[in-house]
Amino acid sequence: MPKDQNVAALKLDDYKYGFKDPDSYVFKSEKGLSKRIVEQISEMKEEPNWMLKFRLKGLEIYESKPVPQWGADLSQLDMDEIYFYVKPSEGEGRTWDEVPDDIKRTFDRLGIPEAEQKSLSGVGAQYESEMVYHRIKDDLAEQGVIFDSIETGLKNHPDLFKRYFATVIPSHDNKYAALNSAVWSGGSFIYVPPGVEVDIPLQAYFRVNSENMGQFERTLIIADEGAKLHYIEGCTAPTYSTNSFHSGVIEIIVNRGASVRYTTIQNWSNNMYNLVTQRARVEEDARMAWLDGNLGSKITMKYPSCFLMGRGASGEIMSIAYAGPGQHQDAGGKMIHAAPHTTSEIISKSISKGGGRSSYRGLVQVQKGAHNASSNVECDALLLDEEARTDTYPYIEIDENDASIGHEATVTKIGDEQLFYLMQRGLAEDEARTMVVRGFIEPISKHLPLEYAVELNRLVELEMEGSVG
Amino acid sequence: MTEKKELLVVEDLHAAVEGEEILRGVNLTICESELHALMGPNGSGKSTLAKVVAGHPAYAVTQGSIRYRGEDLLEMEVDERARKGLFMAFQYPSEIPGVTIAQFLRHAKSAQTGEDISVLDFYDDLKDAMNELDVDEKFAERFVNDGFSGGEKKRNEILQMAMLKPDFALLDETDSGLDIDALKIVADGVNTLHRERGHFGVLIITHYQRILNYIQPDFVHVMVDGRIVRSGDRELALELEAEGYESTRGQLTAAGS
Ligand SMILES: Nc1ncnc2c1ncn2[C@@H]1O[C@H](COP(=O)(O)OP(=O)(O)O)[C@@H](O)[C@H]1O
Ligand SMILES: [Mg+2]
Repeated sequence: MPKDQNVAALKLDDYKYGFKDPDSYVFKSEKGLSKRIVEQISEMKEEPNWMLKFRLKGLEIYESKPVPQWGADLSQLDMDEIYFYVKPSEGEGRTWDEVPDDIKRTFDRLGIPEAEQKSLSGVGAQYESEMVYHRIKDDLAEQGVIFDSIETGLKNHPDLFKRYFATVIPSHDNKYAALNSAVWSGGSFIYVPPGVEVDIPLQAYFRVNSENMGQFERTLIIADEGAKLHYIEGCTAPTYSTNSFHSGVIEIIVNRGASVRYTTIQNWSNNMYNLVTQRARVEEDARMAWLDGNLGSKITMKYPSCFLMGRGASGEIMSIAYAGPGQHQDAGGKMIHAAPHTTSEIISKSISKGGGRSSYRGLVQVQKGAHNASSNVECDALLLDEEARTDTYPYIEIDENDASIGHEATVTKIGDEQLFYLMQRGLAEDEARTMVVRGFIEPISKHLPLEYAVELNRLVELEMEGSVG
Repeated sequence: MTEKKELLVVEDLHAAVEGEEILRGVNLTICESELHALMGPNGSGKSTLAKVVAGHPAYAVTQGSIRYRGEDLLEMEVDERARKGLFMAFQYPSEIPGVTIAQFLRHAKSAQTGEDISVLDFYDDLKDAMNELDVDEKFAERFVNDGFSGGEKKRNEILQMAMLKPDFALLDETDSGLDIDALKIVADGVNTLHRERGHFGVLIITHYQRILNYIQPDFVHVMVDGRIVRSGDRELALELEAEGYESTRGQLTAAGS
């Protein structure tokens, strides 16, 4: 049984993605943030003038906004220590052979080319600040599906790009969206034409390698009428004693009748500040599903949202967070009902251990005129020991009285009787605990493609190692 | 006649929970292939005895010993006891949401055997066991005890027993709340193991002599206030059914305790 191999592997490594490679770059900005760096980025990317202006405006907004005082503690994040732009290579490969050897080796080690062959429609790979690889299966390209780096999207599809860029998440949305607007680099540009269904997922993989690195990818996804897409994002980094920083912006437009599923399995090393803004605009009868797995990082603040703008639009957010020692996962979601007959569901599950802290922070808003909206929120926290901590901050704002709103929150511990029961059947205590945890996340993991469900379970097993106290 | 081998030997067992003594000197010997029944009023300590034998951490053994197939059981962890072939069907089985019976059993089975079992072989066995116990095949895909009726929980315990094929089983009121058909199935489960595995021994805790029509016990014991106060054969169960526990209580008092 694979489980047993994993149990053996448990003893060997804690965070298996923590390896680092020698620094490799063709350009590295000086430490800290300045107007000069913003201009440099724009110049190196040979951007149109409107984008430079957009960036500089973003910088201005960023500097004018205070560091948020709610949520996780960001006081240890020193922006002067961060490298805001590191260009790893010249140009972006269309085959893995075009990717520099050392970088290719890293992605090999992470199993990306193999997964691409086996189970994906296309892959994008980002190393430090730039995408180093992007490729989509030919049949999808022939149907007009665009899957490029965001920079290539801007160059090759300027009108489409400009029509949607920053329309879902404007720069002034929050301090870190403004920062991303100023220094964004890398990320994907995706367009799925009307009626085209991309059933096998596209995946983007984000790797940070060097110390004190800041990664600011920007992704723009447009699913046109009746289109269908599943997109997966994975992230890892080496473990350093200093802090790294990741602040992405992901904007998704789900046009009439379209359906998009966006899955994140974030497994950053435990020195990463992960502050991400992701939001979808969901039109009539369209459907958006976020599946958000936050396993790594030191601090994550992330609240995927759906703006349900069209009649009958629906949104779903499923999130699973794991907070071990030294980690704070402040996650949740936002559902904005702005049209009649919109429906939403949030299921949030968190597991905390050894001083780890997880918070659910969510907003359900039903705006005036959004008749017959319905929303259901369920958040369940599992505490693995006495030091673990969990909090919930549910906000509900309802402006129509025909809305149907459900909210349920539970906090549980693994019961002694449960453990006794499982161990009476021969499972060791570690295994018994792992089994309860796996069961706890099942409502989420069942929505993952098989390989990712296996990976999630494996990660849980890793984290559970040594949890017997 | 060759001497029967001892399966479980409980000697002068005292056990307490939260400082309160519940078992006050239990003596009980069960040999291979023997079926024993344990009866007695509510609160007399029957479940406690079963849990102490299985190794529940809430109960502290303050005196006495338990040997299982010649080994000191009190030295072993709960899971180790289980892997040595000791099985307990719970009076109140726990719910494990999100984990299917099939997943659970497969883990348990491989923990017990210490080796990988092929998925196909496992499902073959599971299907056979389910047919035998007259449970629907969909049952295996349900989450362990999650939202089960009382009867379903009991069947699930017996299904697990059938799959794990223990050497010794403690059945704690597995017959309670079952209709006569379900009762027969539970009895079948026990009898099948008994037939297939010659040395298989059982301690069946029950309030009703009804199940003893289907599982023929070699011995019947009565527990009152944390001690076994009477032991006998099947006739004792019938007598208790007719006269209640009052007579045993009387004996206990007469014995001067
Ligand atoms: N975990 C426990 N905590 C506190 N009291 C307990 C616990 N388990 C059993 N007891 C007490 O021990 C006594 C015997 O209980 P039990 O063994 O369940 O009896 P029976 O199974 O014979 O009905 C009862 O008074 C019960 O309340
Ligand atoms: Mg009992």
